[in-house]
Amino acid sequence: MSTVALKAGARFKSAVCDTQVMVIKAPAGDYALECGGALMVAPTEEGGGELNTDLAGGTLMGKRYVNGDESIEMLCTKPGQGSLVLDGEPLAVKQAKQLPSSD
Amino acid sequence: MNISMLLDMAADAFGERTAVVCGNASLTYAELRQKAQRAAVKLREAGVEHLALLDVNGPVLPVAIFAAGYAGIPYVPLNYRLTRAEINELLGRVTPALLVVGDQFRDQVEPRDDLVCIASTEFMSAPPAAFEEEFIDPASVAVQLFTSGTTGKPKAALLRNENLIAYIVGTVEFGAAAEQDAVLVTVPPYHIAGISAVLSSTYACRRMVQLENFEPRAWLKAAQDEMVSNAFVVPTMLSRIIEEMQQMKESFELPNLRAIAYGGGKMPLATIEQAMSLLPQVDFTNAYGLTETSSTVAVLTPDDHRLAAASDDPAVRKRLSSVGQPTGAVEIEIRDDSGKVLGPNQAGMIFVRGGQVSGEYKEQGSTLSDDGWFCTRDLGYLDEAGYLFLEGREDDVIVRGGENISPGEIEDVLISHPAVADAAVVAIPDAQWGEGVAAAVVPSPGASVSVEELQALVRERLRSSRVPQQIEFRNELPYNELGKVLRRVIRQELAQAAQAA
Repeated sequence: MSTVALKAGARFKSAVCDTQVMVIKAPAGDYALECGGALMVAPTEEGGGELNTDLAGGTLMGKRYVNGDESIEMLCTKPGQGSLVLDGEPLAVKQAKQLPSSD
Repeated sequence: MNISMLLDMAADAFGERTAVVCGNASLTYAELRQKAQRAAVKLREAGVEHLALLDVNGPVLPVAIFAAGYAGIPYVPLNYRLTRAEINELLGRVTPALLVVGDQFRDQVEPRDDLVCIASTEFMSAPPAAFEEEFIDPASVAVQLFTSGTTGKPKAALLRNENLIAYIVGTVEFGAAAEQDAVLVTVPPYHIAGISAVLSSTYACRRMVQLENFEPRAWLKAAQDEMVSNAFVVPTMLSRIIEEMQQMKESFELPNLRAIAYGGGKMPLATIEQAMSLLPQVDFTNAYGLTETSSTVAVLTPDDHRLAAASDDPAVRKRLSSVGQPTGAVEIEIRDDSGKVLGPNQAGMIFVRGGQVSGEYKEQGSTLSDDGWFCTRDLGYLDEAGYLFLEGREDDVIVRGGENISPGEIEDVLISHPAVADAAVVAIPDAQWGEGVAAAVVPSPGASVSVEELQALVRERLRSSRVPQQIEFRNELPYNELGKVLRRVIRQELAQAAQAA
């Protein structure tokens, strides 16, 4: 399975649905990032393939997705039908923090 | 990735929601995106390297910020209060550029071959054009802001797309605003708070209500008419709003106003206490930040305000005059002159680190240390609970006989006298000590106080080296339009007065 480096600010799109994400943080290293059962691709690449209906929980606009220890965080910049999976582990929606508005 | 991603998300999710209102003009998020993308096509065609703006607040402001984002070039808002010569000098530093200019400032601009001038109204109504998204490097510059240049030639601070996105994503939750929420923005476009207001408001999908210029009655009227829920002000704006509210005969209803954030200068304790009692339903947030840190790095939250105001514990009560704790997006350290990290209640230089911190200037390059720390040149300390207290700029420190004296602590003592309305402490040349302490003091209306009495007060509360050797009484102190006291001007005047004496 091919893997990618997850640099903060990097964007990826799903090969099989409308989902797009931006990396907020991730330790250095290579990861297998999937959405809807297929590896995600660069925004400029062509997708292809079928959505795996077992991995079609959907992504939500503006939500942050994290792994178990929250060392990796992604922001959904476009929602879609697929679910996000990183190195075999499903990513979960991070609870929104209560942020005081300063602007 | 670049700042226009924030608008894409808002327009995809809440396209029909109003993005911006100014007088009779308004745009939805979908309209804002369309105008920004059409303008971006025009920018690409013009082949310019910067998009400059010379205008007051208006819908053109978010259009210009996001058009520059879509086109992948830096947005450069200019201070329209500068002189004609200063404006043209700055323009010469950003050409080849396209300048978006308000009609009332057109005469300020000298024509030149490498500068395309477009009226704000024309820029807002660029003809239909197909916009093709292009890859934009997150490390490219999104905003270039000229500092006010109080100590010399204005420096061009650079904020990269990754700095601004780190700030917004680290401090705002997407779509956090409710349908009826609105934020009232009165800081000018050329201030970092004017830029972060647009970005934060867009990402929160909040309606932004703009005033061309700040005026307390117009602020109150807009807050009422537009059912404003949030606002950002600088301290002088808040004190003028309070004065206006107290003078008004008719009572003023602001039932929707829930939150006021303030920053950009030192808030007098009396002002925030008055504001909290006049507007008990409002959540106050103090935000501390710099241009070079993409805006806010520390906040004193509404709960902090209420706890401090109600506390009998002097250490907790004092926090009302702090700028709060670091936001989750940055780290803050206090260091001494040798670079050693200091503990609680030890004053030193404030350092900041985080993705939003740029610390970079066009001429100088990055000023960050190898491990990413930025020296703010602001002095202060953290208390035991990590609340940050500011003690002024390093440049303002008075060095008297080798002893460093911070003007802030002396000003606080002077202002605590009931007959003193305002005070500024500065250095004056002194033959014996190198520098001496001098103060300009504004007496409260109808009150009077002697130089000797004030000197005795400082001697009693602090120590003899802090006593101003010279105190001059004034009707008012010089401030810039955003309420920053002009110490440079006071320093010159007091030095001249000392010489004449």
